[in-house]
Amino acid sequence: MERPLTENIKTGHPPLDLKGYEKTGGYAAVRKVLQGMSPADLQQLVKDSNLKGRGGAGFNTGMKWSFVPMGNETRGPKYLICNADEMEPGTFKDRLLIEGNPHQLIEGMILAAYAIQATVSYIFLRWAYREAAHILRKCIDEAYAAGYLGQHIHGSSYQLDMYLHTGVGRYMCGEETALLNALEGKRATPRAKPPFPQVSGLFGKPTIVNNVETLCCIPHIVNKGAAWFKSLSLSEDSGGTKIYGVSGKVKKPGAWELPMGVTMRELIEDHAGGMWNGLHLKGVLPGGASTDFLTPEHLDIKMDFTSVASAGSRLGTGTLVVLDDATCPVGFVHNLQRFFAQESCGFCTPCREGLPWVEKVLMSIERGEGSEEDMELLHMHTRLLGPGNTFCALAPGAMEPLQSALKYFRDDFENHIKNKKCPYN
Amino acid sequence: MMTETEIKAKVSRLAEEEIKAIDHEISLLPYKKAGVIEALKIIQQHRGWVSDESVEAVAAYLEMSPAEVDSVATFYNLIFRKPVGRHVILLCDSISCYVMGYDKLYAALKEQLSIKFGETSSDGRFTLLPNACLGCCDHAPALMVDEDLFRDVKVEMLDQLLSAYK
Amino acid sequence: MPTINIDKIPYVVKAGKNLLEACLSLGLDLPYFCWHPAMGSVGACRQCAVKVYKDEQDTKGKLVMSCMENAKDGMFLSVTDMDAVAFRSQIIEWLMTNHPHDCPVCDEGGSCHLQDMTVMTGHSYRRFQYKKRTFQNQYLGPLINHEMNRCIQCYRCVRFYRDYAGGTDLNVFSAHHHVYFGREKDGILESPFSGNLAEVCPTGVFTDKLLKDHYTRKWDLTTAPSVCHHCSLGCNTIAGERYGTIRSIVNRFNGAVNGYFLCDRGRFGYEFVNSLNRIVRPLVRTRAVESVDDATLMEELRKLIVSQKLIGIGSPRASVESNFALMQLVGKENFYQGVTEELAYLERKIIDVLQSGSLHSASLKEIELADAVLVLGEDVWNTAPVMALAIRQSVMKTAAGEASQQLGLPVWQDSAIREFIQDDKGFLANITVAPSPLDEISSTHQHAAPDDIARLGFAIAHLLDPSVPEVTKLSEKTEQTAAVIAEALKAARHPVIISGASCYNEALIRSAYAVATALNKDGREVGISYVMPECNSMGLAMMRAPSIDGAVKRSSFEHDLTLVVMENDLYRFMPAKKADQFFRSFKNIIVLDSLNNQTTERATLLLPAATFADGDGTLVNNEGRAQRFYQVYSPANPNIKESWKWLWNLNVLITTNSNGLEYHPDGLLANLEMTMPQFAGISSAAPSRDFRIHGEMIPREPHRYSGRTAMLANLTVSEPKPRNDADSPMTFTMEGYQGIPPSPLIPFFWSPGWNSVQSVNRYQNEPGGSLKGGDPGKRLFEQRENAETIHFIDSPEAYAAREQKWLLLPRYHVFGSEELSATARAINELAPIPAIGLSFRDAAQLGVVEGSIIRLQTDQEEVLLPVKIQEGLSDGIVLAPAGRSETMALKWGSWVSLKKHLT
Ligand SMILES: Cc1cc2nc3c(=O)[nH]c(=O)nc-3n(C[C@H](O)[C@H](O)[C@H](O)COP(=O)(O)O)c2cc1C
Ligand code: SF4
Ligand code: FES
Repeated sequence: MERPLTENIKTGHPPLDLKGYEKTGGYAAVRKVLQGMSPADLQQLVKDSNLKGRGGAGFNTGMKWSFVPMGNETRGPKYLICNADEMEPGTFKDRLLIEGNPHQLIEGMILAAYAIQATVSYIFLRWAYREAAHILRKCIDEAYAAGYLGQHIHGSSYQLDMYLHTGVGRYMCGEETALLNALEGKRATPRAKPPFPQVSGLFGKPTIVNNVETLCCIPHIVNKGAAWFKSLSLSEDSGGTKIYGVSGKVKKPGAWELPMGVTMRELIEDHAGGMWNGLHLKGVLPGGASTDFLTPEHLDIKMDFTSVASAGSRLGTGTLVVLDDATCPVGFVHNLQRFFAQESCGFCTPCREGLPWVEKVLMSIERGEGSEEDMELLHMHTRLLGPGNTFCALAPGAMEPLQSALKYFRDDFENHIKNKKCPYN
Repeated sequence: MMTETEIKAKVSRLAEEEIKAIDHEISLLPYKKAGVIEALKIIQQHRGWVSDESVEAVAAYLEMSPAEVDSVATFYNLIFRKPVGRHVILLCDSISCYVMGYDKLYAALKEQLSIKFGETSSDGRFTLLPNACLGCCDHAPALMVDEDLFRDVKVEMLDQLLSAYK
Repeated sequence: MPTINIDKIPYVVKAGKNLLEACLSLGLDLPYFCWHPAMGSVGACRQCAVKVYKDEQDTKGKLVMSCMENAKDGMFLSVTDMDAVAFRSQIIEWLMTNHPHDCPVCDEGGSCHLQDMTVMTGHSYRRFQYKKRTFQNQYLGPLINHEMNRCIQCYRCVRFYRDYAGGTDLNVFSAHHHVYFGREKDGILESPFSGNLAEVCPTGVFTDKLLKDHYTRKWDLTTAPSVCHHCSLGCNTIAGERYGTIRSIVNRFNGAVNGYFLCDRGRFGYEFVNSLNRIVRPLVRTRAVESVDDATLMEELRKLIVSQKLIGIGSPRASVESNFALMQLVGKENFYQGVTEELAYLERKIIDVLQSGSLHSASLKEIELADAVLVLGEDVWNTAPVMALAIRQSVMKTAAGEASQQLGLPVWQDSAIREFIQDDKGFLANITVAPSPLDEISSTHQHAAPDDIARLGFAIAHLLDPSVPEVTKLSEKTEQTAAVIAEALKAARHPVIISGASCYNEALIRSAYAVATALNKDGREVGISYVMPECNSMGLAMMRAPSIDGAVKRSSFEHDLTLVVMENDLYRFMPAKKADQFFRSFKNIIVLDSLNNQTTERATLLLPAATFADGDGTLVNNEGRAQRFYQVYSPANPNIKESWKWLWNLNVLITTNSNGLEYHPDGLLANLEMTMPQFAGISSAAPSRDFRIHGEMIPREPHRYSGRTAMLANLTVSEPKPRNDADSPMTFTMEGYQGIPPSPLIPFFWSPGWNSVQSVNRYQNEPGGSLKGGDPGKRLFEQRENAETIHFIDSPEAYAAREQKWLLLPRYHVFGSEELSATARAINELAPIPAIGLSFRDAAQLGVVEGSIIRLQTDQEEVLLPVKIQEGLSDGIVLAPAGRSETMALKWGSWVSLKKHLT
């Protein structure tokens, strides 16, 4: 089984430096492209590879690039941004890729930037990833020194600068338009769409924001072709491998690169070694904190965009958070909602005022002070904080685990209310 | 509006190396004011936190108003607008760490340092803050002290872990 | 024009509007908060949700924010859809979770947009059972009160204060449900437009602090359409009264003039009306008991005027009616403008330009829509604040317009457009004597002496039209500036050139004219605008009477004249010694005014004149727009009358066959139109006094006015008969026509369900558009086909600093420079400490530093004031504060000497 993204990552060992990376065939893709692949061809190639964004939205990456105005119709520079804010609770895949093989990301960014003819690129890295920041700084310098960044990259007329920007907190910074505001030195509140960043992004200029994992796929697509990339996947809807992860009370929590579309059972039972002895699986957040719960009866669904969606959730970041039968689902969901309420940017009413209310209701239910009316309030919020009703996708994301918890773990909520206490402690 | 002289006075609160660092950041940006977050980070690096005076100094230097700077500074939770201890403990309180029992760590820290989230120990050694997912959920519970990450933390480890930070 | 189907009914709406605007202009009730007609949409509050359907078949539909959606032809939407209704009322419930529900003690209560929207959405039952979050309030200065707990986070305050008005000291802080709106710390709000926060805020966070001092609910106010008396722009206002005192001034929308916003001088300058310094009874100084009854008064007056030689001195702050009435009383040849010869001369030049008909006199709205603005000399920010606000909009809107082209997005997509344009701006060249806040948003700014500014103007004119003589001996820098400006103006489709009288420099006025004329071809729509010193300077100057100096001359050789001074403190125009001497040369002096001042002290007979609040009249603003203001209440004190009324009474004493003649504004104005054709049309500025709708008059009080029978019970148990108003078609009661009156007669904005200022939507053709039936006011200057251009294009000599002499120029300030508002407590508190402005080098040369006292000497007088170093001021110029008692009669534009004052 091929593991293009991680084959050169040795846990416990420092990542490959530029020389080492080149030995593994690194930067061949950049050279290849600069030697005679037009941006249009590169865009087409990635479109054909059926690479879908790994940041959560799952939009075809080549397609996304194709909305960027090309040629001389644009004013000023274009930007490519790597979204390395990874703050979705339960998610730890991008850290692995950055700390494990930083040059792979940098190469991916150079290629993506070339495809849209961007001349400036940023890595937006969350503050907490100190080690990653340290590594990236070093590697960006190496890349400049080796002539993969800067003027006349490898003798070509193409030029690209790359900067690392470390954030100062706030989950919102991961939302691509809020991220743009953060990079502009503003409050990380989201922007209205349209206009889309591809047209009016960073500093009002055409901009592409891609996730770390998405970008890491690009070099391999260039090297081995679209067909190969498609063939890595077990499922129709998206090419390539996927970094899956499992956390919670499983024997071997961790992250693994596997063909897109392995089943949830494989992940939890084989790779994560199953539940702790004596504990049973109660529910799973398949793609981070802002995805709907799935339950044991979903264990055999494929972990790809369409299958997870048809089961009523989202693939999201592909990192599973496992809920066991000894952990209180109400407390679990309360923890999530406290996070979302805290991380609301405060711009739009439903999210700013709704989430704290939800959090308080869950708190009182967990404390055994809840009432039937509280259940109705929770349901109401899941209905009204939906996509389109709020300004951005934070609040709708927050409602996904709540609505599914209300569906699958209703008895637990009822018990709290009936017995006026949390049955789990 | 501030006069030249007032601006100079405020800017003079910035140290040489702070200004050098800020200059470098804004040299990479199309607009001076776009460097404000970087500037605040630099100040915090040097001073541990960002005081009102620092806000004014940054504002004067970037040709912004203090209100504009503070509007940004107060948005981000890792810009400290209040003094912090010599070391800052960020305890992950997000979902995986919740499942893996970060609350026990919190209880222990409260006990040992006799401070709650958002407080600084009386000896000014530690400030304890909650933090959203630290991105090592497979090694929960996790916490950071200053720039150092600790994974799979158990209550028993805390003493020894903290002892390294004087 | 697109047709949209709302709840299955097709409507034709204006293209380019959003669904919210469309619904509101159709008169539908759709709640909103963050959207503002002048500021566009950001989609923050989510209050304006409606259902939009893919097509006629689609029954599910999708909630959208109506303020963020373009009205597209053939679309289907629903306002009444259950989901939309439920969502909108839920938004209110969310906003209410932390709102203090303190309406009974909240100043906004009864005129609160949040109250209206709450009722409109039907939310009434509270389900949130937890603690409310609370905030600390801030001290924001003497004008605005802060009560943050009432905030509903609609972001309007920052969007107005920061984005629209360019203020930098108010912002939003923190995040999630802790977002806080205020300053970074307690302190006086710096923007002179801060008062608008009280109207922009949909609830009681930012409220009028002066109103608090004498609080009255909106529904308990007697209000009238008024016109601001504190500068020459004539912003439209609504003044409110109860118990015989003015309680508040709020904006009165006029699409062509002030739009939605006032400056703080206009909003808070009214307190002089309530001042203890008001003149309340006639005084005859020659009598033992000075205050007299009517009979004696008339007797005394007769003595003073019948078969006496009268000369009259008018006033730029008195209405057209009053000035004209004075002229009629004393006779044309004996009537003098109450301004210095220098000023009269400048104003005459301005009138020449505007009356020539060769150029279009730009309205404030037109300045806002200009695609390039050139300011020559005028310190607009301080002499005409709302014009500065209009200039800022022109700069922003030009960039936004281009952006909306490139993005294919409507301009009302406010934040999207801002993110795209970043710091791009439209063209503004701000050429002034000293630095101005407008410099920040200008593409070019330069500080120079008035003559050099004029030369720059002529140089630009020459570049645009070679037939204008070349200006010689220009510095290289000036030549470059001229070239840049000329290029930008050439590229513009509707540029506006702005200048004014405040520099006391005649060449400036000509140069502005020269530039405008040179541009006025190739299908360009050029506008010119001159800022005038006072609220009716234009109206007075149009009478083309001689200046005070004429009167002074006459007094020197003609004796036993009776002098009539109307609403004018001559000590503001003449050095004290000269004024004293002038007054001494008269046997009798009749003075009419509202406040005691040095001139009223010289009166042998003093008559209490009405202010804008207790009198009617017409003002002509700097655009040449005649606008009627109406008394808000008829004073309990019968002695207080408009000057024109007093003067007419005097007229009756002397003119044998006066009976039959009208003495209402209508009559006076009609008469004026006959005697002075330049005023033709002025009487059509407002409906005549016998105007009626279905036989009904217009009530000054809303139908909810309370306490009418009780409020005077402590004085008389029987309800006094309401006073009637013979001068206007308005009543002083709540009875009368309840619908929308003609635009000049709107005493208050109210509409069922819309108690707040937002109800103005209901009075407009479309939100933000002009008022139904057209915006108030009658323009007295119009551009004429083939009007021949006046020929004054010779440029002045270059300015050269002189040895030991300094060119004395006035330094204006929003607060303190204007006579009447300066007496208002809050304005006075905000006025800067009087000081002498000097350049660095001059200060050094004089051996003075910031704060040291300096002696300024003219040929007539001397003043001692502290020094203020003026960055960017040319050497050889000295600035003294305009309109302050210390300096008010200085001879501006003259060369003075300066000495360090040794103590
Ligand atoms: C509240 C919120 C937080 C997000 N956080 C992240 C993040 O941390 N990292 C990320 O790559 N995408 C995040 N996204 C998704 C981004 O908005 C964007 O879709 C993604 O970066 C696009 O990259 P892709 O096309 O490669 O998937 C977030 C979205 C929302 C609404
Ligand atoms: S949903 Fe609204 S408040 Fe929440 S994060 Fe998005 S924009 Fe901000
Ligand atoms: S008015 Fe439409 S979202 Fe606020």
